[in-house]
Amino acid sequence: MKEKENNKIILERKGKMEAVATGIASGFLNGLFGGGGGMIVVPMLSAFNGFQSKNAHATAILIMLPFCILSGIFYASTVTVNVTMLLCCMGGVVVGGVIGALALSKLASKWIRIIFSLAMFAAGFRNLFF
Amino acid sequence: MALKIILYIVIGVIGGILGGMGMGGGTLLIPLLTVILGVFQKEAQAINLLSFLPMSVIAIALHYKNKLIKFDKIGFIIISGLFSCCFGFFIAKNLSGDSLKRCFGAFLIILSIVQFVGAIKSKKSK
Repeated sequence: MKEKENNKIILERKGKMEAVATGIASGFLNGLFGGGGGMIVVPMLSAFNGFQSKNAHATAILIMLPFCILSGIFYASTVTVNVTMLLCCMGGVVVGGVIGALALSKLASKWIRIIFSLAMFAAGFRNLFF
Repeated sequence: MALKIILYIVIGVIGGILGGMGMGGGTLLIPLLTVILGVFQKEAQAINLLSFLPMSVIAIALHYKNKLIKFDKIGFIIISGLFSCCFGFFIAKNLSGDSLKRCFGAFLIILSIVQFVGAIKSKKSK
């Protein structure tokens, strides 16, 4: 009985360590690259913290929000930003976000993900070498 | 000017669609800004962070209503993340825009490989 309780405590502690690791990794990427934390937090939530895919995607946004606010303040206070560009992108992202969320069930197919990954690879290659 | 504004909005919409589909809009919005428009890396990162704020508030409200958000251990994730977020920004601040761009390129390549493998596997499971 006592052993069982001990096991439970160990399990809980393990869960906390994994949660902390998830936070450290995604927060670091968010501060460093100003984005991309979500790409890490979704797989980490499902692999280490037992989230189902749907819940991981939804919860990831809530987790990233405070990181984005904090690093947004840091970046905005140190980098000059083109306000017109910012406002246009902001509006575009809201419109696109609604379209993406509505299309999620129909469109997030294998081919879209493959095309997306190839585009990302090309962009990464260009950034790294040119 | 008008053409530029349309281009900004289109780029935002593309980034937003991918974000809404949960494929990491930020990882695409930043290279779209730097590659197509020639925006500086740090400015692109700032725009990406700020432009996702309104959209994420809307998304959180919708997901919360649909009971998709789970609050298990979320406090640990957020609190530890806020600390490492400061650390990440500190490094970014001290790197030149060019080095940061190259690091981001390497990060994109790793992510694209993970995405690619995930996409190929997702077909098999169906």
